[in-house]
Amino acid sequence: MADLLAARTLMALALGFHILFAVAGIAMPLLMAIAEWRWLRTGQPTWLLLTKRWARGTAILFAVGAVSGTVLSFLLGLLWPRFMAFAGPIFGLPFALEGFAFFTEAIFLGIFLYGWERVSPWLHWASGVVVALSGALSGVFVVTANAWMNTPAGFRLADGRAVDIDPVAAMLNPSAFGQALHMALAAYAAVGFAVAALHASRLLRDPASDFHRKALALALAVGGAAALLEPLSGDLLARQVALTQPVKLAAMEGQFRTERGAPLRLGGLPDVEARETRHALEIPGALSLLAFHDPQATVRGLEEFPRSDWPPVVVVHLAFQVMVACGSVMALAALAGAGLAWRHRALPDRRWYLRALVACGPLGFVALEAGWTVTEVGRQPWIIQGVMRTSEAVTPVPGLLLPLLATSLLYLLLGFVVLELLRRQVLASPVEPGRSEGAR
Amino acid sequence: MTPEALLAGALLVALVLYGLGAGADFGGGVWDLLARGPRAAAQRELVAHAIGPIWEANHVWLILVVVLLFVCFPAGFAPLMTGLFVPLTLLLFGIVLRGSAFAFRAYGDVSDRSQARWGRVFAVSSLVSPVMLGACVGTIAAGRLPVGTALPPRLFEPWLAPFPLAIGLLTLALFAFLAAVYLTLETEQAGLREDFRRRALASGVLVGALALGSLGLARSEAPLVYGALTGSAWALPFHLVTAACAVAALGALHRRRFARARALAALLAALLLAGWALAQYPWLLPPGLTFAEAAAPRQVLEPVLLALAGGALLLVPSLAWLFRVFKGARPRG
Ligand code: HDD
Ligand code: HEM
Ligand code: HEM
Repeated sequence: MADLLAARTLMALALGFHILFAVAGIAMPLLMAIAEWRWLRTGQPTWLLLTKRWARGTAILFAVGAVSGTVLSFLLGLLWPRFMAFAGPIFGLPFALEGFAFFTEAIFLGIFLYGWERVSPWLHWASGVVVALSGALSGVFVVTANAWMNTPAGFRLADGRAVDIDPVAAMLNPSAFGQALHMALAAYAAVGFAVAALHASRLLRDPASDFHRKALALALAVGGAAALLEPLSGDLLARQVALTQPVKLAAMEGQFRTERGAPLRLGGLPDVEARETRHALEIPGALSLLAFHDPQATVRGLEEFPRSDWPPVVVVHLAFQVMVACGSVMALAALAGAGLAWRHRALPDRRWYLRALVACGPLGFVALEAGWTVTEVGRQPWIIQGVMRTSEAVTPVPGLLLPLLATSLLYLLLGFVVLELLRRQVLASPVEPGRSEGAR
Repeated sequence: MTPEALLAGALLVALVLYGLGAGADFGGGVWDLLARGPRAAAQRELVAHAIGPIWEANHVWLILVVVLLFVCFPAGFAPLMTGLFVPLTLLLFGIVLRGSAFAFRAYGDVSDRSQARWGRVFAVSSLVSPVMLGACVGTIAAGRLPVGTALPPRLFEPWLAPFPLAIGLLTLALFAFLAAVYLTLETEQAGLREDFRRRALASGVLVGALALGSLGLARSEAPLVYGALTGSAWALPFHLVTAACAVAALGALHRRRFARARALAALLAALLLAGWALAQYPWLLPPGLTFAEAAAPRQVLEPVLLALAGGALLLVPSLAWLFRVFKGARPRG
């Protein structure tokens, strides 16, 4: 039992670590490609400087993303060999396709980072575009694999074995589209807001810096657009969950009883023993409306399902509240920015707004981790919803505490070093072309 | 040809390319660790310069190997991952530390001291990973992995043995040899080139010695592979070709035909791996599991073959371009 807990913690740690870098691998190439395109079109050297600056940070993030992703490919087998023996052939196709996306991404990133003097400017830019596309694709592919664990499809069970396997149908499982879209938007929103916060914080010190103004405008446009779309795609996904994973929905919402016209609960703390969610702000009928687009629809509560099939309700409910809260604040910040920009026909650079942006910097990453907690913990006790339990999947190898501790230490160290290196890079504001002093 | 035979071939190709590319990147770390003499700093610089743009692409071959294994040969994947838990975990630690340290050193504009520290981490982890990778191969070839037992796995016994460790050392030497040979073509500076020429010759001789030693050990430790390597119809021609290739590679190095040496060294590495694969085929995990027994159903294998073919159409020109951009237009030896 202790080994199962260690395996789950290790898996969660490795995934939670990798995703931080993976989103940078998805979104930074887009930002860089846009910046470089601006340079090619306008010839303003600031855009070139910005592209090169971002590229330095991205190189570090990408390297850590690549090695931590490698850990994951092995870890799936090292920790869950029975799961992989069963599921590998069914949900493996997206992993194989993802492999090619990785190749394309790594190849063209090499050219993008090191090829400034070796290929023509437009070819260089095109390489950046390819990196951005293949980064997004690799995220999409791996998320369809995860969606399959939530809504398995493309096979039939006969005596506990999978028969009639259809890898394409498995890849196009019911949750695949919604999760992939939500994840891609999450990457742009989280990274866009974090980058915007970094440059906003520099602008507060040096309001005239053209470099930071351009950087902020671009990051805020990308992050803000994604943050506005994210709640819409979240709603799409929630309706999918309501249809296919009613237990997860009930846990997310702290819905213990089956109810017609169920309320939406904001905040609150589920009490599993008493089977009720206390201290929540309830909006009557709103959950039925959101989940089924009908304020009178019936929402099935946890009481309908055997206790042994419940996920950890408190964790799932709180994580969902955290994600939605972060998402709402980010969407508001994006709206405010759009409003300010429209009214003044200029970059929204009011000091209060810049301060708000700095405060919003980490929210996307918090929402990202919270959202994955909802998805993965909300699926428990299943590793494949309704098909295989997590406890049946775990490796027989004993002593998993040791690799767990070692990995935690290693990732703690790496995370610390990456933050420190990025901090130094950000602090060292570049000497801008056309300005005599290096702005600090 | 059956789909599983084609996919076994694809696995071999991916492993060979991993060895030729990422293997040499690991070897670069070995020469970073062993950098000596008046040009030590320049040697390290050259290694970093050569690896920088390509190591992440080279690295993906390993991921392809893992993915092909679990998608196409699921019955073999579980025993592999359970029986090789410890060396694979160490391999991963090596990979993570090496990649991160390399990026920290290259992109963190920090003090010399911290650069040197990350350089050290990069170099040491470049030693660990190839030995573990080779040990895994040796464990499989020696038939030391149990298949389908319900017993709790033994963590160390399968791989902590003379034959797997010998293959581990052979892998390390081979990767270092490849790196040294490639590096002769990465510089126009005669002194540096001579440094790596000497290193290539020395490590080449070491590879030969370790290969012969491992073959000797295989007789008692890996009888199945040994039997095929000495008894089958292709054995004699194979050994002749391999030996000729080795002699020719060393000869080319000796006469400073560096471009030719590079091609021959790569061929030699490919031959060594192919020899093992041929000798072990049709066994995935001798003596208990063949590729055919471990294979997923046809409906799974065929889309994967299609994906591989389509992917190759995309991949081959892209990779060719990458290497032309960074490895072309260098002085020929
Ligand atoms: C920037 C990050 C971010 C933000 C702002 C939001 N989400 Fe999210 N959400 C994620 C990032 C995320 C994610 C990337 O972490 C998840 C985990 C799995 C997935 O596909 O996306 C996720 C999962 C996830 C799920 C679970 C899907 C499943 O288990 O199948 C639901 C129902 C929502 N989200 C709904 C929302 C709603 C209604 C939001 C409104 C504000 C929202 N999300 C904002
Ligand atoms: C990167 C984003 C992801 C994060 C942050 C994440 C998070 C987590 C967490 C927190 C757990 C532990 C659940 C628990 O023990 O209660 C877990 C388990 C797991 N996840 Fe994910 N996950 C992510 C993506 C994926 C993807 C894409 C896959 C596979 C395709 C996957 C496969 C698994 C498996 C196999 C387990 C172990 C079994 C289990 O506990 O359910 N995860 N993950
Ligand atoms: C079980 C889950 C996962 C596995 C097995 C996995 C595997 C990997 C591997 C092997 C790499 C390295 C590729 C290289 O060398 O270039 C990688 C990188 C990457 N992964 Fe993951 N990954 C997982 C989860 C995710 C998730 C949930 C996302 C995002 C949605 C994601 C997005 C990426 C991206 C964009 C990269 C490119 C490298 C980077 O930017 O850091 N991965 N992943």
